[in-house]
Amino acid sequence: MAPVSLEKINKVYENGFHAVHDLSLDIADGEFMVLVGPSGCGKTTALRMVAGLEDITSGILRIGGKEANDETPKQRDIAMVFQNYALYPHMTVAQNIGFALKLRHLPKDELNAKVKDAAEILGLTDWLDRKPGQLSGGQRQRVAMGRAIVREPSVFLMDEPLSNLDAKLRVQMRAEVQRIQRRIGVSTIYVTHDQVEAMTMGDRVTVLRDGRLQQVGTPQYLYDNPDNIFVAAFIGSPSMNLYDANLGAGARSVKIGSQEVDLPESVLLARPALRGYEGKKLVVGLRPEHLPAESPGSTGPKLVGEVELVEALGSEQVVHFTIDANRVLAEGAVDKDEAAAVKHGEGVARVAAKTPVKPGDKLTFAVSIEDMKFFDEATGVAIRE
Amino acid sequence: MRNRKRTGWHRYVNGVSISTLVTALFIIVPLYWLIATSFKNPNSIGSSPPSLGPTPFSGGNYSNAFVGYDFGIYFRNSVIVTICATALVLALGTLAGYALGRLPMRGKFTTMVILLMISVFPAVAVLAPLYLLMRNLGWLNSYQALILPYTAFNLPFAIWILRNYFLGIPKEMEETGRIDGASPLRTIWSIVLPQALPGLFTAGIFCFTACWTEFLMALTFNSSNNFRTIPVGIAEFGGNFQVPYGTIFAASVVAVVPIGILVFIFRKFVISGLTSGAVKG
Repeated sequence: MAPVSLEKINKVYENGFHAVHDLSLDIADGEFMVLVGPSGCGKTTALRMVAGLEDITSGILRIGGKEANDETPKQRDIAMVFQNYALYPHMTVAQNIGFALKLRHLPKDELNAKVKDAAEILGLTDWLDRKPGQLSGGQRQRVAMGRAIVREPSVFLMDEPLSNLDAKLRVQMRAEVQRIQRRIGVSTIYVTHDQVEAMTMGDRVTVLRDGRLQQVGTPQYLYDNPDNIFVAAFIGSPSMNLYDANLGAGARSVKIGSQEVDLPESVLLARPALRGYEGKKLVVGLRPEHLPAESPGSTGPKLVGEVELVEALGSEQVVHFTIDANRVLAEGAVDKDEAAAVKHGEGVARVAAKTPVKPGDKLTFAVSIEDMKFFDEATGVAIRE
Repeated sequence: MRNRKRTGWHRYVNGVSISTLVTALFIIVPLYWLIATSFKNPNSIGSSPPSLGPTPFSGGNYSNAFVGYDFGIYFRNSVIVTICATALVLALGTLAGYALGRLPMRGKFTTMVILLMISVFPAVAVLAPLYLLMRNLGWLNSYQALILPYTAFNLPFAIWILRNYFLGIPKEMEETGRIDGASPLRTIWSIVLPQALPGLFTAGIFCFTACWTEFLMALTFNSSNNFRTIPVGIAEFGGNFQVPYGTIFAASVVAVVPIGILVFIFRKFVISGLTSGAVKG
């Protein structure tokens, strides 16, 4: 068990590609840290540099307080689980799990006992004599985990370990990976492109984009207080509705398309910097759950949208609507196909299951104004103060 | 009418079965003729009309090959030369193939192309200079005179096969090995080679067959009876006025046996080795 710290880590490949920019990160002892970002954001490169599979161009990596830049993967005492598991197909499950111990010339009794223990934790006891080819995807995934935990490493590294599993199994294994990590209490760095995985698994989440750190924090903090448009759009599903808007005179209202939404004093008190945007353009963000259908007789701020599509989930309805404002798409936060499918002014709202709504309706949403987010239009940085 | 299901033996009569049968006959008939003739006595070999089976049956040709013609020595020489060359080719081919497939180095592509060029180079062209080289080294009539050139000429093909095999093994497996603390040689031995066995067998059998049947260099470099290999030995059976067909056939049968056994044992591996890379996965 050991803390890991990255200090201004850079990775520049031989062809000049700058994959990771000045990445600084502290992972506490026993913490489950998730690195998340769209593909090509440098998260796997960062992980491989911690593993020692990739050279560090500049910066300092410390594992257990000791500088580890020039140490071999073996000296770093880490264990890694790969996306494709990388099990040895010619060895049995027991041999796969015990290979690292065999390399350390551990006595046979001790080796067998450790393999048995690991197999028990993972529920693989009945499969020890099988070859990986005879196992299901979930079982293979567990063997890969077993290979990592049997070594009792100081750091766990996982590179999208669940993305080869089908959706149902993935949810199951998500909980299982967490359970195992808590049980053995080893600092873990977990790479994924799936923000749901990041939110549900991480003690803290690091969002990366184009090799640059965007924000670090607990999942709830990132969800409630995104530092910029990218994090706002990337975290959460369905993602935040972001629109171009104009702040009215005295910063007392914000105009989204042709609709004017009043801003109460409390919003301005919480964000005095908003006054500087008086009469200027900015970007406003509203999460789908902050747009419930208006209840009769309410007087709060509201938005009217034209319903395009209703997804009834039983517990609630996800309503896709359009308004006459320009929808802002954070580049890279949603994949290209998804971005192309988003129409001008489209938005998503979560509406109570019993609300009568059908496509073509004009629906009035109550805007939960305290939860509205404001971003600088040019830099994308959140206006929070 | 065309779609009516054929019943009885009729359903076996179709284009595919017939062409398979014809192809098989092309291969089986000469082999049968070789084996049958090797058991005929010298008088019935040239008889007209030819007898289809070995009647009267006689094992005389075999004893004649081993006793009258030193076939035992040739067989021993072939075994030594072929096994040494094949072992060398596989050992060097594995290391070179792994390096060209996996390790970071410059000029990989150029090296692979040069290797390909060498493997299609006609042996006749290098025969004379090689002969002079062997003579100057004092290696004429020795095992190394054949082992070395055989290794050199079969290595490129082996490197190509093995490299492609290594490329098919997920890189993460070797990285896992590294993280687990395996040295590079240990990684090759414990992780890479076991998975490359089909490639190893394919390269090995091709190399074995090529060395086992090589004629030109064996004839040129080793003229002494003590260092002759099977192909040269058989060719030099007989004298000016007679060709002992029965003995030649018997020796040929014995010569074919090792290759037959090898291919039979490793057939599964060889087929998967030849088709690897055709379909991903």
